Amino acid sequence: MGQSELKSTPLDRQHRDSGGKMVEFAGYSMPVHYRLGVKAEHLHTRSKVGLFDVSHMGQVRLRGDSADEQLEKLVPGDIQSLRIGKMRYTVFTNEKGGVLDDLIVTKADDHLYVVVNAATKIDDICLMEEALDCEIEILEDFALLALQGPHSEIALEKLVPGVKNLGFMEAAQFSLFGTVGMISRSGYTGEDGFEISITVNKVNEFAEKLLSQAEVEFIGLGARDSLRLEAGLCLYGQDLTTKITPVEAGLEWIINKRRRKDGGFPGYDIISRQLETGVKYRRVGILPEGRAPARGGTKLISHDGDKIGEITSGGFGPTLGRPIAMGFIDRRFSDIGSSVLLLIRGNLHPAQITKLPFVHPNYKRQK
Amino acid sequence: MPQIYFSKEHEWITVDGSTGTVGITIYAQEQLGDIVFAEVTKLDQQVAKDDDVAVVESVKAASDIFSPVSGRIVAVNEILDEAPETLNSDPINEGWIFKITIENPVELDELMDEASYKDYVDGLK
Repeated sequence: MGQSELKSTPLDRQHRDSGGKMVEFAGYSMPVHYRLGVKAEHLHTRSKVGLFDVSHMGQVRLRGDSADEQLEKLVPGDIQSLRIGKMRYTVFTNEKGGVLDDLIVTKADDHLYVVVNAATKIDDICLMEEALDCEIEILEDFALLALQGPHSEIALEKLVPGVKNLGFMEAAQFSLFGTVGMISRSGYTGEDGFEISITVNKVNEFAEKLLSQAEVEFIGLGARDSLRLEAGLCLYGQDLTTKITPVEAGLEWIINKRRRKDGGFPGYDIISRQLETGVKYRRVGILPEGRAPARGGTKLISHDGDKIGEITSGGFGPTLGRPIAMGFIDRRFSDIGSSVLLLIRGNLHPAQITKLPFVHPNYKRQK
Repeated sequence: MPQIYFSKEHEWITVDGSTGTVGITIYAQEQLGDIVFAEVTKLDQQVAKDDDVAVVESVKAASDIFSPVSGRIVAVNEILDEAPETLNSDPINEGWIFKITIENPVELDELMDEASYKDYVDGLK
């Protein structure tokens, strides 16, 4: 895709002024890192506060009396029992039980607020428009920011009093510089933090007010990826695809008792069978024993020389100061502590199967 | 001061008699970002000019390092095993990557001198 065809977010100027190194991501020009660099940005988010522009993601409102029930036709999650102000992680499945996208659904007072991935948002919207008998409003006039890190509550409370009362996976509408925006206590880093949906015409001023605080730094997509990998969170397109079911991905917790029993979502037969009898491959954490990072696509080999799996996300974990990875492995080799071999540039390197996440989450759960 | 040459792939080579010392440039380490791993082809390996002889991995991605000349690898920098970040902090001195015998000195003529390399990098910015 040529540079001229790339879309940009409302914060484009601020990224460039902050030294953002812009790259193509999902059709958008996005900052992969700023002057600090990926490693320092990662560590800053773990110790203080990071501000992420995620305006490339898709934001949609679903309205209608039965929107909850309607959305359940496409996802295995329990949407009907969501109470106002609560949010839930779920996936769109296909007829084979594979994952079309992962998404967060928030129950607002008179609608469902849905956030989907940038690369898949057009397909997701088409899917919903075809399948759902409810009003679908695409929020093109809203930007999306994520404020993540242990001091994010202090930083955001200064601008938006009251956000401290939100617990993890709770959301509410707030007045933001005279407009109404949605703020949730959620994120993609394993840290406490917030996601802020705010109108495009106010987002620059809002971001400036956050960045003017000494503790807050802009963080690029590079650190966003290493943070979520340490937190054991899936990246759609790598750890979740149309060929991977939520059960294989270790996401069976997103399917509650009622949905397991009643089904009513694409791929129910396959997913239901997998829930009963188990899966051949499952997602695990992998710790390479040496210093060589193992990237996505690296083959997992047994000590007998058989191919038993593949890494789907891998790199260097700055918090741990060592390479980390996740991938899918034949369940016979998936016990925590098992030894496997990684095929990196023609050489076999030892690694250990480990549980996810690599860092303990720091979420603010309600007492 | 030994003579220093630069390749279009952003490697430098200093020449001391018939041995060259190879590393990456300041521009290269800036582009790579935080370097977390470096691995060089085996010692005593015979390589041709432009062969990939080392891998440098940053938090972002893996990058191949090409040999600017033909020869035999006679030393690798063991500091990089434990402290690959030396490639960021001092790529021109402490962060050298390997030493190689220079079998065909005429290959050096195809490389850039410091002034030409500076112009070359300015053209990329």
